[in-house]
Amino acid sequence: MKRYVLMRVLKAIFTIWAVYTLVFFLTRVTGDPVDWLTQAGASDAAKETLRRNLGLDLPLWDQYVKSFVGLFTGDTGTSYYYSREVSALFAERIWPTVTLGSIVFVVTIAVGLPLGVLAAVKHNSLLDRLTMSLAVIGSTLPNFVLGILLIFIFALTLRMLPSGGTGTVKNYIMPIIALSVGPVASVARLTRSSLLDVIGNDYLDFVRSKGMREWKVVIKHGLRNALIPVITILGSQLSALIGGSVVVETVFAWPGIGTLIVTSAQQRDFPVVVFGVLVIAASVTFVNLLVDLSYGLLDPRIRKS
Amino acid sequence: MNTEKELESRGAERKPVLEVHNLKSYYESRDGEVPAVDGVDLTLYPGEIVGIVGESGCGKSTVVRSLLGLMDPVTSRREAGTALFEDRDLFRLSEKELCKVRGKGISMIFQNPLSALDPVYTIGSQIMEILKIHESITDKEARERAIELLHQVNIPSPELRLNQYPHELSGGMQQRVVIAIALACNPKILIADEPTTALDVTVQAQILALIRELRDRLNIAVILITHNMGVVAAICDRMCVMYGGVVVEEGRCEEIFANPRHPYTRGLLAAIPSIDEDKETLYTIPGQVDVLKAPVNFCRFEKRCSHACSKCREEEPQLRGESDHLSRCWVFPDKSSEKTDFEQAKVVAP
Repeated sequence: MKRYVLMRVLKAIFTIWAVYTLVFFLTRVTGDPVDWLTQAGASDAAKETLRRNLGLDLPLWDQYVKSFVGLFTGDTGTSYYYSREVSALFAERIWPTVTLGSIVFVVTIAVGLPLGVLAAVKHNSLLDRLTMSLAVIGSTLPNFVLGILLIFIFALTLRMLPSGGTGTVKNYIMPIIALSVGPVASVARLTRSSLLDVIGNDYLDFVRSKGMREWKVVIKHGLRNALIPVITILGSQLSALIGGSVVVETVFAWPGIGTLIVTSAQQRDFPVVVFGVLVIAASVTFVNLLVDLSYGLLDPRIRKS
Repeated sequence: MNTEKELESRGAERKPVLEVHNLKSYYESRDGEVPAVDGVDLTLYPGEIVGIVGESGCGKSTVVRSLLGLMDPVTSRREAGTALFEDRDLFRLSEKELCKVRGKGISMIFQNPLSALDPVYTIGSQIMEILKIHESITDKEARERAIELLHQVNIPSPELRLNQYPHELSGGMQQRVVIAIALACNPKILIADEPTTALDVTVQAQILALIRELRDRLNIAVILITHNMGVVAAICDRMCVMYGGVVVEEGRCEEIFANPRHPYTRGLLAAIPSIDEDKETLYTIPGQVDVLKAPVNFCRFEKRCSHACSKCREEEPQLRGESDHLSRCWVFPDKSSEKTDFEQAKVVAP
């Protein structure tokens, strides 16, 4: 088990490094940041000075080594556009993103899990069919499309909610809905099917024959056994949430790291983009690592092997 | 096998612990109602082991599952019947009241012990669980009781077993744990649904011996469901042979093994391989179990029976005979018909 954990951690670190390297070189082919930062008709000499100041005159390999080594000394580079330390920019922007993500994650569990359990217990009932039809729509609808639809209905037409920004509780409503509908739907669907697989098992009948009340049988023995696939999907939903928030934040002008990364990519602000992708890759890898390690906790049969 | 005297001394007052009358459980199917259990009577006395025998689909499991209310309410329905247990009709109890009977009054053990135990909880927590459902008991007391129970079903070093998971135990040990759980709250009745079918032959014998030992010690009544006549012969006092949702023959085991009346029972007995005979092929009852539709007004075994006559196709026979031996057959209804044609039944079959 220790060996397994060590291997998983090493693989995770390799994945993060690979993503970092890939994105570092990919950003360089998007164009010259100096063109973006200087006004049209600026002199070649001025451009050259700026290029030297930004460290873009160095050979590509030197730039890579410098920025990679910098990560370990706490030097995350300087934004071309904001002329500020990249880590400071992220420190400012991370909280709106984390707050939104946490709320969405809690909503996903608090709504998706009970819906799935209800649908499984009452399977083939009207409630089951209604929930599952909605879940199919919910899990196929892209969150940015849903976001735009919500803005159109609630902000532009009904004028009930602000279309973007942050500050009041009202600002949270639409981003939360746009980001949670997909994960809630997936979790509900998977909880239902996973629980239905478990419900046919003898051990539930045995627990019933012990005299345990039905709802407790379903929660303590049914759901507990159905949890592994659900945790897996929760993990991948969380990963998707971290990536998906980039688009949804832009739709709602949410001042998080998503918006920061998108605008920086448009402005060819390489250090910000590379660091942003690094943060996302690290979070996704970390979540996946947690999911893999949780299997052992959830199922004693996996723990021993 | 027990003699009459032993039986009488054990259930001294001979008050039944369970009286099932006219139990009917039907399944819904696309082309009508399937009478899985169609009018079964069953009486059980304290300290006796009653075997319910029959092939797959004869309704034997449905009988006991109906008793405990473990049928799927979506696909099945209890049509009729009463089941008196401790002066109450089980079929009239609310779900809440029934939960108090399950595990405490009537316990059940299952065919495959590995699938009957929840894979993600330890043996100990699954034993302590039933104690906590029915008794107000501290963790420490529950733990001590669990050790005691494992000891009672002959599991060595029970303290260590408590922290193990089901998959870490052998099949025989798992079934012992299941039995320990079933007996935890001192039930009056133990229902054993094919308790040895999934086990090795040597382990089968051990588990049967354990069930008999516990019956002797605790005076518990046992309903043993099996398709194996050998198991019945080994430990049952009385037996019911089921076919197509009804009991076709019932009575004391020695009596039925010595003088089977119903052609189906005769077929089952003929199908037991014998050490004395050197046979190339084993006897099988021709045909297979019919899917019936309610209501049934003919003998259910008629299509597979080599003795069937026109009456068998027109009217369903009733259980008839003496108090210790009843059979549901037009051709072989009572004592006078015993042994007649028995040899012939064997010969006619392929």
